[in-house]
Amino acid sequence: MSVVTVQLGQCGNQVGQELFDIICSDAQEGQRKAYSESSRERFFHQSAQGDLVARAVLIDMEPKVINHSMTKAAMSGRWTYGHTSHFGQKQGSGNNWANGYCVHGPRHREAMEELVRREVERCDRLAGIMAMMSVAGGTGSGVGTYVTQCLRDIYPNSFILNHLTWPYGTGEVIVQNYNSVLTLAHLYRLSDAILVHENDTVHKICSQLLNIKHISFSDINRVIAHQLGSVLQPALTPDSHGVYSRNPLGELVSSLACHPEYKLLSVCTIPQMASASIAYSTFSWPGLLKHLRQMLISNTKMEEGIDWQVRPPSVHPAAAERTRSLKGPGFNTSLANLLILRGKDVYSTETDGFQDPALYTSWLSLKEAFNLWKSPVPFNKYEKSATLVSNSQALLRPLDNMVGKAWNMFASRKTKHKG
Amino acid sequence: MTQSVVVQVGQCGNQVGCRFWDLALREHAHVNKKGVYDEALSSFFRNVDSRRTTIRVASQPLKRIFCYTQAVLVDMEEGVVNEILQGPLREVFDSTQLLTDVSGSGNNWAVGHLTYGSAYREQIVDKLRRAAEHCDCLQCFFLIHSMGGGTGSGLGTRVLSLLEEEFPDVCRIVTSIYPSAEDDVITSPYNSVLAMRELTEHADCVLPVDNQSLVDIVNKIKHMSQGGKPGSVIKRDSAIISGQGGLSGAEKPFDAMNNIVANLLLNITSSARFEGSLNMDLNEIAMNLVPFPRLHYLVPSLTPLYTLADVNVPTRRLDQMFSDAFSKDHQLIRADPKHSLYLACALMVRGNVQVSDLRRNIERLKPSLPFVSWSQEGWKTGLCSVPPVGHSHSLLALANNTCVKPTFIDLRDRFNKLYRKKAHLHHYLHVEGMEQSCFTDAMASLSSLIEEYHHLDATKGRLMPDAPRLTIAT
Repeated sequence: MSVVTVQLGQCGNQVGQELFDIICSDAQEGQRKAYSESSRERFFHQSAQGDLVARAVLIDMEPKVINHSMTKAAMSGRWTYGHTSHFGQKQGSGNNWANGYCVHGPRHREAMEELVRREVERCDRLAGIMAMMSVAGGTGSGVGTYVTQCLRDIYPNSFILNHLTWPYGTGEVIVQNYNSVLTLAHLYRLSDAILVHENDTVHKICSQLLNIKHISFSDINRVIAHQLGSVLQPALTPDSHGVYSRNPLGELVSSLACHPEYKLLSVCTIPQMASASIAYSTFSWPGLLKHLRQMLISNTKMEEGIDWQVRPPSVHPAAAERTRSLKGPGFNTSLANLLILRGKDVYSTETDGFQDPALYTSWLSLKEAFNLWKSPVPFNKYEKSATLVSNSQALLRPLDNMVGKAWNMFASRKTKHKG
Repeated sequence: MTQSVVVQVGQCGNQVGCRFWDLALREHAHVNKKGVYDEALSSFFRNVDSRRTTIRVASQPLKRIFCYTQAVLVDMEEGVVNEILQGPLREVFDSTQLLTDVSGSGNNWAVGHLTYGSAYREQIVDKLRRAAEHCDCLQCFFLIHSMGGGTGSGLGTRVLSLLEEEFPDVCRIVTSIYPSAEDDVITSPYNSVLAMRELTEHADCVLPVDNQSLVDIVNKIKHMSQGGKPGSVIKRDSAIISGQGGLSGAEKPFDAMNNIVANLLLNITSSARFEGSLNMDLNEIAMNLVPFPRLHYLVPSLTPLYTLADVNVPTRRLDQMFSDAFSKDHQLIRADPKHSLYLACALMVRGNVQVSDLRRNIERLKPSLPFVSWSQEGWKTGLCSVPPVGHSHSLLALANNTCVKPTFIDLRDRFNKLYRKKAHLHHYLHVEGMEQSCFTDAMASLSSLIEEYHHLDATKGRLMPDAPRLTIAT
């Protein structure tokens, strides 16, 4: 089953291009035929000449980024975007969510819907739609929200996953908090699951783990693409009965977004290191899983500076209520976790650490709270890699900051006049 | 790709405008080696003949230029515009873009605004409309003028209100040259204050520049080029002030200063014309930097001012560029933003600078820059990959900062000195349509603007409590 990706705004288009690039090179690594075929089917269709064409629609209100992304894709020599699968305008949204949502969105609704429809019709079966955008600007956030709304109307039974990039906390766009809050409020009603990457976290990964000295947006986008790719590439799920899952988005949503009020998902992938060092490093599953578990519990977004002091309280089955209040301040409670393991020796891993009821809330059974996917194929040059997609309190603090700042700005009665 | 139209009014406006076109051609010739009309050129130039378009590259013999500027040139005396038409830039202007008269405005705002404003209204609107029609997607009008004279100040602000009337959806960014304290035009305080009112009411953004700061910057560059530290060699003819490589040959007085303003305009539009990893369009400038409609005065600063011949740019030098952007020596008006309150700040970086350099410097400098309480992270950032000619990277900072207040207070005081004595007033009141109330209204507008900045300043340093959040009814 195939996923149609809609790339919105500068960020969505830049990250999307890196995502397809990583997926394409991962799928062509040549090792396992079933994996490659499944991945290709999921993300690409074949042109008449046998080239791989991404199942993607590129939308932006100004032309430069789309042109750049399409050119970059074509230059890779391995895949391209569809020649007509893009929609651009001449003048951007001016970082104005209202401009994107109320003006550009409705104005160009038919054209954009038509492009998505064409991509969807090219799929044998639709696994779902993924919309990629940032929340700080005008097009990604405003037009992205509007497009999600339209797609929800047109495809009420399909899964819609929104991938959001949150801006630097120290400010990239002055009205970023307004744009972010407006976007999230709307998407919460429309989306099945919202997967978030924060620029701040990814930046730290680049500087501290990948040791990149002059970090560019390409570096940042590549890390996001790597993490997202490790979630979306084919995997064997409990429901897929020995073959690669044909319903990746559905299974993702059902394993994580178990309650309509809790849809925000964060991602963590380890290991992440400079590509030059990968060849010289060895990884063990117990080591990786131990780190990942502690990262989850202590809400550390990357494999450095993990706080080993944070521990889950020991749980007495009858005293679930009491223990909830005994959890320490640094402890990150999860609703649900999805662990995806890729690479060598994946069948012999022991994941009991993630099945400790103390990590979770009391009102979901463990069977529903924890899910495990595996793939014996190493992902993107890492011999072993583990990805954790969490529905937990991890995004609470940044979200609270965002709302707080937006509210302060609003309460001082400023900046609304441009709406 | 969007287009912008430049409207240059008065002697100063036209001289700066002339430098702008020269440097724009130089920049595009530098980037566009094939000399074919491309998207980037289309933001300021319109193609005349789609088959053959060449832009002159300095080192090559003169080729014919087949594109026209998207500009309207207005002046009430002919000298400056004629000079442009006889110079090497004549080919990029078409006679329908010009509007001139013979006698000038006599340094009288009322003559410019009311007399000529009414007499030439139809013609001005016609020329503007014609320029707009050539544009596929018109995004912005750039108005260049001075505040102290008669034409630039009076007729320029009349054009501004015409732009608002006829093209309400198009952004209006005004570059205003403010008179220095030692300005040789005696009535410049009257002209400036009368013009200020128009700017406050009708412009979307104003980039105030003053002559004295430009002079200081030019002197600093010349001093550094000649002296300089031992062991470092500074490239002669800093690209910011030099027109070398452009079309005009010998440099005229004021050229160096005007080049700085021209560079300001080039940098502001760079992200709209060229690609980058974080684009910043012109409509984003007003959206982000103007929290209240009247407080739209953005103090510009350009760094670096000169390049070292040593091409290797260590991080330290890059960081110095960011620090300089906030120092009072690099601001284009007399202002000290570090000691006043920031409402918002935009950093537009060009060239070989990555997001990590940008974030590192913001984090480094943030503690020393006072921001208003409800916008503590009031940064707007843009990264354009194409550097300006002669530099490997550059930074334009636009600050919406209360440091403009002293400039306005100064203007008000100079105005009051004359007005109290009713000096020179009769020249204005003789003009049909001009009344004493125009003066008092303009003064009131300026005073209330100063008050608004003053109120904001009063919040500086005070810890404002967070507003209580909405609670959800349970």
